[in-house]
Amino acid sequence: MLVRIDGLHKHFGANHVLKGIDLRVKEGEVVALIGRSGSGKSTLLRSINGLETFDDGLVEVDGERLHADQTDLRALRLKVGMVFQQFNLFPHLSVGRNVMLAPRTVRQTSVAECESLARAMLAKVGLADKFDAYPDQLSGGQQQRVAIARALAMQPKVLLCDEITSALDPELVNEVLATVRQLASEGMTLIMVTHEMRFAREVSDQLVFMHQGRVHESGDPKDLFAAPQTAELAAFLGAVG
Amino acid sequence: MMEFSIWDLIRNLGVGAAWTLGLSLTAFVLGGVVGLLVLAARVGPWPRLNRLAKAYIVVFQGTPLLMQLFLVFFGIALAGVDVPAWLAAAIGLTLFTSAYLAEIWRGCVEAIPKGQWEAAASLALSWGEQLREVILPQALRIAVAPTMGFSVQVVKGTAVTSIIGFAELTKTGSILANATFQPFLVYGLVALGYFLLCFPLSRFAARLERTFHARSH
Amino acid sequence: MAYQFDFAAVWAYHEMLAQGAMRTLALTAVGAGIGVAVGTLGAVVRAWRLAPFDRVFGVYVELIRNTPFIVQLFFIFFGLPSLGVHMSEWQAAVLAMAVNLGAYSTEIIRAGIVATPRGQIEAAASLALSRFEIFRHVVLRPALQRVWPALVSQIVIVMLGSSVCSQISAEELTFAANFIQSRNFRAFETYVVVAVLYLLLALLVRQLLLWIGRRFVVGRPAT
Repeated sequence: MLVRIDGLHKHFGANHVLKGIDLRVKEGEVVALIGRSGSGKSTLLRSINGLETFDDGLVEVDGERLHADQTDLRALRLKVGMVFQQFNLFPHLSVGRNVMLAPRTVRQTSVAECESLARAMLAKVGLADKFDAYPDQLSGGQQQRVAIARALAMQPKVLLCDEITSALDPELVNEVLATVRQLASEGMTLIMVTHEMRFAREVSDQLVFMHQGRVHESGDPKDLFAAPQTAELAAFLGAVG
Repeated sequence: MMEFSIWDLIRNLGVGAAWTLGLSLTAFVLGGVVGLLVLAARVGPWPRLNRLAKAYIVVFQGTPLLMQLFLVFFGIALAGVDVPAWLAAAIGLTLFTSAYLAEIWRGCVEAIPKGQWEAAASLALSWGEQLREVILPQALRIAVAPTMGFSVQVVKGTAVTSIIGFAELTKTGSILANATFQPFLVYGLVALGYFLLCFPLSRFAARLERTFHARSH
Repeated sequence: MAYQFDFAAVWAYHEMLAQGAMRTLALTAVGAGIGVAVGTLGAVVRAWRLAPFDRVFGVYVELIRNTPFIVQLFFIFFGLPSLGVHMSEWQAAVLAMAVNLGAYSTEIIRAGIVATPRGQIEAAASLALSRFEIFRHVVLRPALQRVWPALVSQIVIVMLGSSVCSQISAEELTFAANFIQSRNFRAFETYVVVAVLYLLLALLVRQLLLWIGRRFVVGRPAT
């Protein structure tokens, strides 16, 4: 198992947002987290690299364990990449520098090596020619692909994608999905929160439906889409389908 | 009574103004360094240190600069060390400046979207690296104008050090006013001296503010 | 031997300190009252560009904001008598504070007036309000509401700055402190206590003024 989550609990004040989540992700597996807003799916995703703390339970990625109240997250984060809804590129750095920053700062790789790594990653997402551009000169879709390249440059074991097409204009969604599809086909382990149901069905190996802070139903996406076992999932698929 | 020509007055006040300028620069630079540390303590991931830094800022912003100078002056004297006025002035004004700059900069740091911290954190950058590589370079851009604006307050603040006996512009003015019996002229010249130091800084700060707003809209 | 702190030597003078604090408050109340009035006038003149007074206020604002308060105080107290203008220490202190705050509040209130949405004035005009009524209800009052917190901060700054009025022997809190430490030879303890008193005054005045702002400037309980 590459990712193991056991009995994860989280409260926001009086609000119990994660009520004992268990999740297993194998190497090379693509997991899609779906559910209504407020169901806890983003919170769960953000717990996997320590952006959210949790109150009880355990997260383990490639043997790197994270407990509640743990503050040293570096080792875990070296194995977990993340791509955000709002891209969160660093506006003061060129595209190339965005990708180079972490390898340079965290891994202390030489500038020359970082640069060739960054160029390779940008080529992978189809943006080799944007190395010297600045984020505000790119379209949303291009920015998001840079964000993916930036995360990949750290060679993570698993990539977390938090609604990465939700902030995009409709005509830009496909270029980002194509990049993700390519990563999946290359065997990258992916955990993604998404509203793109068709994409989730097509790409994912495991579909996880979250409802009121619990994993309400999960399994093979083909089965779940074809025959949801619970009324809540059926209603959810009906509403978004 | 000694006879002072207007040129004698101006020459003497010029020397005082040079001390004012020197003290201002010292306090501004050292205050900036200390302010950066206070800022780190204020926004860092250490709850106890956060509270301490917050208290530091509240105390320095909530008490008169004159009291701060007195406390430095008499406080160091308690340790049996004789403090020259210039040193007490420099220390007091540095602490005062650091508290205000830390608070100004905190505003700038908090103006940077949370997603920038999160993106940097998810790339395994440590908190210090997040601050240094991602947050500060962006915060610096918005901090330039208000920081410049605050430098005017530092120059004006140096005038209070005349009370603990530092012979800067105001103190020199007081001495000359007593010696010449021409307080109207002398304090007028003193005010002019401060104006010449401060007005360009104010103007520069206002211009930075405008260009920044023009760029960001 | 290590220094022995003796705060009892300060407590012996607590009545004098209380009196000094009250006088600082009184000084601030009068100075701030006049200062905000001057600032309101200046803001209107500046915002409406009433020539030639807008220029006069412009120069006044720049002169005051680019010179130290203590120099303004000395100029008023020591300098003006040579023009035949004499006043007591107390009057000079109040005048200096009012003049100082007047300049800052001119700029603060002006910013509030300038931020009035054009549609507000047009709406009021379409309701056949007179120019004065529009100004009073639609421009000035909302402007004061907008900038009240900034105005409060500036008043607190002026109050703390009034500490230097001790230098012209105006009998306020710092003057009391100077007197006490000359008697009990406990300068450090005395100034620690007085610094704490100033801190409390600053917090008190801020809360009080913010409350007044909610109660009287906004004219309804804050939501």
